[in-house]
Amino acid sequence: MGPRKAGGFHGGCSRESLGIPVTFRKYLVLAGVALFASIGDSLLSRGMKEMGAVSLSHPQSLILAVLNPWIILGILFLLGFFASYMTALSWADLTYVLPATSIGYVLLALIAKFLLHEQVTLLRWVGILLIAVGVSLVAGGPELTHRQAESPIPESELAAARSEQ
Amino acid sequence: MSHAYTWGAILFVVLASVTGDVLLARAMKQVGDVGELRRRSSLLAVLARVLSNPWCLLGIVAMSVAFFSLLFGLSWGDVSLVAPASASLTFVGNAAAAKLFLHERVDRRRWIAAALVACGVAFLAG
Repeated sequence: MGPRKAGGFHGGCSRESLGIPVTFRKYLVLAGVALFASIGDSLLSRGMKEMGAVSLSHPQSLILAVLNPWIILGILFLLGFFASYMTALSWADLTYVLPATSIGYVLLALIAKFLLHEQVTLLRWVGILLIAVGVSLVAGGPELTHRQAESPIPESELAAARSEQ
Repeated sequence: MSHAYTWGAILFVVLASVTGDVLLARAMKQVGDVGELRRRSSLLAVLARVLSNPWCLLGIVAMSVAFFSLLFGLSWGDVSLVAPASASLTFVGNAAAAKLFLHERVDRRRWIAAALVACGVAFLAG
């Protein structure tokens, strides 16, 4: 509650002055990727269902699709997805970001069940469980491949060995 | 015939989005940690730095191709087939492409994770 110490700004603790741990911010970006992607996709599919089938002989009707309000909203969400996705890729491997953000599919199924009152079959629950296990597996591991390994045994293999016990 | 069209669109989406993902990942590794950059310069400067990277522009082109072929696919087939099928095939394709082209360490843990997510996404279609 007290006033912030003046030394805090100029001392070597700029990271602490942000207040939020860096890892939390990173998980926030990953959550943003998942949310924007799943909401954006469902908006697009709703818009395209209103459009009807697009034929290859009239590809110009695809231009018309961009005028549909659901599609416009979907594109806005996908822009948000793009920004958070690029941010995540700037500090994490592709093979980390993709499984870690696939939690969006689980969110989508839960929204379908509890908000849209859709029927979620047993097979879908199995799918949700598989995705959740995959996400937790990769989220617990290292996020970036280090180009020069400092230790003879890489951190990822140590973690894999630990989880196998 | 529409079945072949749907699967053709799915394969096209997978190819284009794997290409786009690999290009974007390479671009953002060259750009560096966006969080760190933001602490030192303005948002506009970071945006200019990202958008001036040639790999990034190529990646965006590939992603737009993937986006429009996904729109075609969605208009031909069910969402519950097109979206999960292209997503799950993209996961497996990306794991292979990241190892081949980005030299990421795709260890057993990441292979299993990619395979589990791909299976799970495929089950969602059922």
